[in-house]
Amino acid sequence: MTGGAIAASAPASIEARGWGWRHGGRRVPAVSGLDLRVAPGERVLLLGASGAGKSTLLHGLAGVLGGDDEGESLGELTIDGRPASAARGRSGLVLQDPDSQIVMARLGDDVAFGLENLGVPADEIWGRVGAALDAVGLRLPLEHSTAALSGGQRQRLALAGVLAMRPGLILLDEPTANLDPDGVHEVRDAVARVADETGATLVVIEHRVSVWMPVVDRVVVLGHGGVIADGSPDDVLVGQAASLRAAGVWLPSDVPWRAHPSTARGVEPLMTAHRLDVARVPGTPVQRGIDLRIDSGRVTAVTGPNGAGKSTLALTMAGLLRPDGGRLEPGAAMAGARGNEPWRWRSRDLLTRIGTVFQHPEHQFLMGSVLAELEVGPRALKMPPRERRERIEPLLTALRLEALTSANPFTLSGGEKRRLSVATVLATRPRMLVLDEPTFGQDANTWRELARLITDLRDDGVGVIAVTHDETFIDAVADTRFELSVDGDAAMSDAGGRGRSNAGGVSE
Amino acid sequence: MSIATVRPDLPLAGINPVAKVAATIPLSIGLVLTLDPVSAGVAIVCELIVFTAVGLGPLLWSPRTLPVWIAAPLTGISMVLYGAPSGTTYWQFGLIEVSDGSIAIGLATMTRVIAIALPAVVLFLTIDPTDFADGLAQTLGLPARFVLGALAALRLVGSSIDDWRTLALARRARGVADKGVIRRSLGQAFALLVLAIRRGGTLATAMESRGFGAPGPRTWAREATFGAPEWRVIAVGCLVAVVSVSAAILTGAWNLVWS
Amino acid sequence: MHATTSASGSATTNGAPRLRWRVVDIVVASVIGVAVGVVFWAWGVAWGPISAPIEAVLPGLQAAPAAVWLIAGVLGGLIIRKPGAALYTELVAAVVSALIGSQWGGLLTIEAGLVQGLGAELVFALFLYRYWRFPVALLAGAAAGLGMAINDLILWYAGAAPAFATIYTVSAVIGGALIAGGLSWLAVRGLARAGALGRFAAGRELQAV
Repeated sequence: MTGGAIAASAPASIEARGWGWRHGGRRVPAVSGLDLRVAPGERVLLLGASGAGKSTLLHGLAGVLGGDDEGESLGELTIDGRPASAARGRSGLVLQDPDSQIVMARLGDDVAFGLENLGVPADEIWGRVGAALDAVGLRLPLEHSTAALSGGQRQRLALAGVLAMRPGLILLDEPTANLDPDGVHEVRDAVARVADETGATLVVIEHRVSVWMPVVDRVVVLGHGGVIADGSPDDVLVGQAASLRAAGVWLPSDVPWRAHPSTARGVEPLMTAHRLDVARVPGTPVQRGIDLRIDSGRVTAVTGPNGAGKSTLALTMAGLLRPDGGRLEPGAAMAGARGNEPWRWRSRDLLTRIGTVFQHPEHQFLMGSVLAELEVGPRALKMPPRERRERIEPLLTALRLEALTSANPFTLSGGEKRRLSVATVLATRPRMLVLDEPTFGQDANTWRELARLITDLRDDGVGVIAVTHDETFIDAVADTRFELSVDGDAAMSDAGGRGRSNAGGVSE
Repeated sequence: MSIATVRPDLPLAGINPVAKVAATIPLSIGLVLTLDPVSAGVAIVCELIVFTAVGLGPLLWSPRTLPVWIAAPLTGISMVLYGAPSGTTYWQFGLIEVSDGSIAIGLATMTRVIAIALPAVVLFLTIDPTDFADGLAQTLGLPARFVLGALAALRLVGSSIDDWRTLALARRARGVADKGVIRRSLGQAFALLVLAIRRGGTLATAMESRGFGAPGPRTWAREATFGAPEWRVIAVGCLVAVVSVSAAILTGAWNLVWS
Repeated sequence: MHATTSASGSATTNGAPRLRWRVVDIVVASVIGVAVGVVFWAWGVAWGPISAPIEAVLPGLQAAPAAVWLIAGVLGGLIIRKPGAALYTELVAAVVSALIGSQWGGLLTIEAGLVQGLGAELVFALFLYRYWRFPVALLAGAAAGLGMAINDLILWYAGAAPAFATIYTVSAVIGGALIAGGLSWLAVRGLARAGALGRFAAGRELQAV
């Protein structure tokens, strides 16, 4: 039943002729002079540096760029020969953020939403909803709460919502960038299955090329002046490898950088957890009885599936959450703060002892400019202006933020935000660094910079604990791997990627 | 304090929410017109009986109604202290004047707050936002774009609460959480607003790409019905109002506010 | 079918684009309403301990902190800049706080939101939805405060002495102007600088400066 219900729409063709778009209030167009043809049923991976206008093109194809008051359109962008802005319903768009594309509270209602908008008769809707959910492999009751879905399930739900509308063109804007490895494969496989069943034209933007190689049959690389490479995946990825790397694209089997063994001397424990229970909400621990020691001059990676309490553990080790049981023992290097329990320390006392970089940089921004943001910590420590400058200037250079000192932190690009959030923490030189998903969603260039920086800090004797799903990062940078599981077991092992001991050192 | 989930097994959960809201209107109007303890007191008794009878008793005594029980005496006390004085004055201090009249007003105010708020709180706890939106758009014919926009925005409550917690932790980590609670809360609220508006923009794009807001007729996958059960709920609401008001008039307690 | 819908779509957008609600207007207004609605609810829970001491100092003065309940309307109006935005945003915030549970009852919470939103809306309408500067924001906040005072004095403080009513009204108006008007205006400026309002005239105007 499913195949027939889904495959009823013919694949769409795309044509851009000298197309461009300038957002209102900006002087420079996001895209200009683009010429591109995509034949019905083609599956295209769209690559390019950030700022090359990939998302703008996808939004243009989806007809959601907005009206004349929001920007200026140049040239032509058509789907099946009709203007893309008038072809709503012919295309379906899945966005990056799994949290902000759910419309309804119940699974079935969410898939039905698009059909209602298109005016599909009520008696036809539920059959199409069921077929779409089957096609993406979400076999849950229609009343299931959408809030209870995992990231991968949410993205598959978004795909089902698009699919039910029977589009001839499926547009995916970094659909797996915010997912853990399981979620990435879940969504990729669902997309592959849907593409096979419907034969719909597919355009996907994604930095991690290897994930999508099995699905796509054509790669288009966008540059600031339009298309700079176009062809079969093998031709483009080999022929354009250098320029793609420079643009931050992850090519298959690339490890952008690999750390050397630690040169830190005099390793000492900074923070030791004894039978630690950790909880976000007091009284409901997500992990119990954790034994973990963070050493100076070492990088410890905390891994495990979503919901295993990795972030909660990290934030507890960082002195931000109160332990729900057990004991947290700060090392001698942490002395001087009031009392022996990190969660009771004054906020100011944390600055020189434990620095925490949150998963989403926006959560830790306080000020209206990059410079003011960097001064928050040093000011809280009551440093005189000259010392503040001496701290901040090298950081601006090291993290390539010099040109941005007066920019509002919220307006930075993803990579810039990440670099700034790390810089704000380093400005007060903490002995221990807690990183929550530091490489999440970053392109290969920012990834390399972060890996280098963390390694330098490690060599200076800083103890690093990093919560991460990123196997490449663990392999290339971490000394120790601490694995949490949902049922509460934890296992410590050598991360081994750096030739320090019995390192495998093999890239995937 | 999730507002997105209502247990479907609750009594009255299947009733069109428009009817539940409508049922509270007559009593609210009646009690707003008068200020006397009799009508409000009778109303409270009726409410307790009706809710217990339909099986909403446990909800009546749950922590969710606690704000009502706290706010009502507080409002009442303020009227005892500052209500228009008459009769014997017991205590006077500045603007405060406790008299026979102000005590009567305070008592009436307290019972009135309970009588008006209690049914609304209990009934709203049985309202699923999706059903409410369906009712508003289909039964009352309110503009679907606005009703559904508001409904979709409710999805962001959960992530906003998570954001708020994380923002607080991040402020501690940044070394600024030792003092200045008010300023810090304002900054935190601002950051929350930035994140919420960003998400809202994404949500709007996602909805638009699924045909939301396109001209042309919209269909409804879930049909909001309005039949005999709904009319019964409204009838009970009217009955409670009539009984309360009649009791006040018959006992001579009826006291029109603007007289 | 697509051809016909698109034709009528472009026709309507060409009609009066400045005053027509786009999808993003509706959704962001709703999001603001929901976010502020949660704040409303929290403010309601904390209300007893906050208002009691203030009231003890000067009865009626509690109307000033009550102006926190007026923020949604002014904020929504200043950001969205469409007819009905203040009313709609305040209404959504009221509905949300009522859905979570409010001691003032569902219906009357929503009714209060309507009256308060109307106050701000009238001021924006008076300026023909063309002027969004600081004084207009203050006026809108004050008008919302006046709406709140009239509503509360009729519904909740019926029988209050004239002195109380006067203090209550004056506090509501001043509190409304400063808290709802001033804070909202500051928030909009900050939001624009943070790049959160790129799709709104309110954001593009300030970013260009």
